[in-house]
Amino acid sequence: MSHDAIRRQVVGRGIPLPGTDIDTDRIIPARFLKTVTFEGLEEHVFEDDRLQVPDHPFNHGLYRGATVLLVGQNFGCGSSREHAPEALRRWGIRGIVGESFGEIFFGNCTALGMPCLAVAAEDLEWLMKSTAQHPDREILVDVENREVRVAERIIPAMIPEDHRNQLLTGTWNATVVLLEAGEEIERVAKSLPYVTGY
Amino acid sequence: MAETLLDKVWRAHTVRMLPSGQTQLFISLHLIHEVTSPQAFQMIREANLKVRFPERTFATIDHIVPTASQLRPFGDVLAEEMTVHLVRSCKEFGIHFFDLDSGWQGIVHVIGPELGLTQPGITIACGDSHTSTHGALGALAFGIGTSQVRDVLATQCLALAKPKIRQIRVEGRLTRGVYAKDVILAIIQRLGVKGGAGYAYEYAGPVVEAMSMEERLTICNMSIEGGARLGYVNPDATTFNYLRGRPFAPQGEAFDRAVACWKSMRTESGASFDDVVILDGGSIQPVVTWGINPGQSVEVNERIPDPADAPETERTAWAEALAFMSFEPGQRIGGTRIDVAFIGSCTNARLSDLRAAAEVARGRKVAKGVRALVVPGSQAVAKAAEAEGLHEIFEKAGFAWRNAGCSLCLGMNEDKLKGREVCASSSNRNFKGRQGSPTGRTLLMSPAMVAAAAIAGEVTDVRKVLR
Ligand code: SF4
Repeated sequence: MSHDAIRRQVVGRGIPLPGTDIDTDRIIPARFLKTVTFEGLEEHVFEDDRLQVPDHPFNHGLYRGATVLLVGQNFGCGSSREHAPEALRRWGIRGIVGESFGEIFFGNCTALGMPCLAVAAEDLEWLMKSTAQHPDREILVDVENREVRVAERIIPAMIPEDHRNQLLTGTWNATVVLLEAGEEIERVAKSLPYVTGY
Repeated sequence: MAETLLDKVWRAHTVRMLPSGQTQLFISLHLIHEVTSPQAFQMIREANLKVRFPERTFATIDHIVPTASQLRPFGDVLAEEMTVHLVRSCKEFGIHFFDLDSGWQGIVHVIGPELGLTQPGITIACGDSHTSTHGALGALAFGIGTSQVRDVLATQCLALAKPKIRQIRVEGRLTRGVYAKDVILAIIQRLGVKGGAGYAYEYAGPVVEAMSMEERLTICNMSIEGGARLGYVNPDATTFNYLRGRPFAPQGEAFDRAVACWKSMRTESGASFDDVVILDGGSIQPVVTWGINPGQSVEVNERIPDPADAPETERTAWAEALAFMSFEPGQRIGGTRIDVAFIGSCTNARLSDLRAAAEVARGRKVAKGVRALVVPGSQAVAKAAEAEGLHEIFEKAGFAWRNAGCSLCLGMNEDKLKGREVCASSSNRNFKGRQGSPTGRTLLMSPAMVAAAAIAGEVTDVRKVLR
């Protein structure tokens, strides 16, 4: 776990994306999954929504360079495709603040070192409005103190303790941590009835 | 204290507690397909890691396979490239691959159970959200992302937090024309598409106990559509009978010993749940979705609701869905014209699903102008269906009979909706753009209801046809 992997906070301009239940098919439509790498996915993030809604925030020059994505309820529900958080990350997103998240998407974001914090509906509404009015304002997503700070305002935020720990200790690449169990993995395997042939 | 199946299986597979507070959980069975694994193999190579238990990973191709002609190389060069990659990675790391010529290729969640790889009391992971399907046999089955596919390849473990548990009891008996698909759509309608976040769903009660294994697979499949990452049914005689004789199930005396072991995996009576929800199975009607998530549904004889009547938090979402679908509030869902009928997907493309649809299609004709296709969930399903002559019933009625794959469930092969087409579909997701056209519209329903819609050319109550 290198020092670079520690994610205490994310600071940057915001991009508000209203709407609930935005699934990972909408974040990155399935036709762009016909690839063996994650390269270039950022070009197609929200592609179909962007074509259908000309003033989609990801079409605005205003939000180019934003790093904090603001979303509604159940963001990232549906398919487990890690192409979705990868597309967002490659577009430039480094942290997400929303009302709630699809569970697999949420874990995929942590696995990429991209914190997702949940805030109350009223706070989110305010965040979206204030970001639309002042797109150049910086938003601070504070994983350590579980809060989101904008201008003078401090908004309490939620992140499950295990994910917060992984981000704060730079252990979100779970492979490294899991390997540390060493031979203990084989020992557990050998205790299981289906491994021993019942 | 009385334990649940979740408690028991979790404990048996715990390697250690991690500093983050998560559990390092041993994964019994890892299933992979061509879409979510190539990047994971690449990460393994770059980090110079080995696949720790190659004999515990099994691969197939399903998402991108063409379902009309499957001659290699595939016409779609990208699909061909993904297949070549998977084959190469499996060879390189010694992973068993169910190829097109194996007789066992199919949708990963259909072949796991039918091969007997999916068993009670084990843990399963797959880079696919519908891994929840496998819980029907009493396994804990997790949909995972590509980074976690890498974790499982390298360590045969996952770092996970133990979910809470909600028991969903379906009481009474289903009435004729009401299927497992209607039950799970009714559950999602009641609990919402995010109601299951943080939970495992334990499906129980007389309706679930009376269900065949295939029906249970349908229910567990859509747990994720209700926001629950996993769902399961306690193993019983139905489970054991289903597994007996399957290629990867224990054989002979080992099978009897396995059954004794599996019987001990059940949730004990008196176990406590974080939540219990009870539904009356007898009052469930055939369900059809009208919106852009699987919770936006009505009974077939009901009217599409008015966003004005929606709970405050859902109002905008309902309005967005109606606008996308071009539906008016108060309009009847019955009578909605359809352009395409799709019977397939890991939710509803097993033999019993095809039988139910064939019962409706027999001796009838697909309405003029409707494109109808049946895509079996696996080569084994196709073979069994053909042995019964189901393909002939479908073909005579005007359905195309295809090879196994995901097909129109997500439109990654040549099967796609065009433009604003409306599709009656036995799949699991009615998301915007899901079936391959950004503006295409999906109505989810049971396979028998899809067959009825194909014949009528519009959404119709299958019970009128069955009578
Ligand atoms: S059939 Fe559909 S839902 Fe099932 S695995 Fe294939 S694409 Fe996913």
